[in-house]
Amino acid sequence: MTGGMAPLLGPALGLSAILFSLGVAGVLLRRNAIVLFVCIELMLNAVNLTFVALAQLHGASGQVMVFFVMTVAAAEAAVGLAIILAIFRHKQSVDLQNINLLRG
Amino acid sequence: MTEAVFYVFAACTVVTASMCILSRSAMSAVLWLTATMLSLAAIYVLLGAEFVAAIQVLVYAGAVMVLFLFVVMLLNLGHATSDMRGPAAVATTIVIAGLLAIQLFALWRYSPDRLAAEVAQAPQLSDPATLFAAGQIAREEAVARGVVGAVAAPLFQVYLVPFEITSILLLAAIVGAVVLAKRRI
Repeated sequence: MTGGMAPLLGPALGLSAILFSLGVAGVLLRRNAIVLFVCIELMLNAVNLTFVALAQLHGASGQVMVFFVMTVAAAEAAVGLAIILAIFRHKQSVDLQNINLLRG
Repeated sequence: MTEAVFYVFAACTVVTASMCILSRSAMSAVLWLTATMLSLAAIYVLLGAEFVAAIQVLVYAGAVMVLFLFVVMLLNLGHATSDMRGPAAVATTIVIAGLLAIQLFALWRYSPDRLAAEVAQAPQLSDPATLFAAGQIAREEAVARGVVGAVAAPLFQVYLVPFEITSILLLAAIVGAVVLAKRRI
């Protein structure tokens, strides 16, 4: 590796690709609403890893972006879990097969 | 040495993430995700983002995962039966996620040299240090001001307005969560 300044750039980007694809696979594969949220967090983490990896070249702005992504993820988790609680109270289930009201 | 440690933690991350999407109960999925986030924090340290690693452990593996665990325990889902979708969905998943992985995995080949050559659109130019001076400056800044100061400076100067808007987002999230989760307001 000739690039002395960021030797782990390529491997980190590859790892983030694997993590993002695992998150997508989980969203498509599972029916449990909570596990769905867990997989979304996994995808957000993969994006964070990309930001941190490229911050090696582009300065601390990438790391600042990670904080914004974390804030959005925390807000999304709080609101999403509140929605799941409300749905569970209504339907006694978090299985997405039973939550198809909008399908018509 | 650094690369060996990186690959150990990368393997940890991939294994725990796979267990997370394959584990049967929501509880163990959340706990596997916590393990994934802790391994990612170690990788952030290797990538030179120590402060982000600390925040990852405190906020993500700490606060957000506790929120998930609270909800899982509150719902009391009982002994989980498998909630995997049928074979058709599995095949679709493998095709979609596989295609996405192949496309994204092309990024594996990126090194600073290659990135510099593509940004400058000149194949013979291969000195990333001149093109990506910001990275080197940030590294010197981290030595001079400490890892926290190097991140805090852009956060409170260049990104001050987005940072303030974040507080509005969090306020909206708090109000929304309370309104949605409360039985009677």
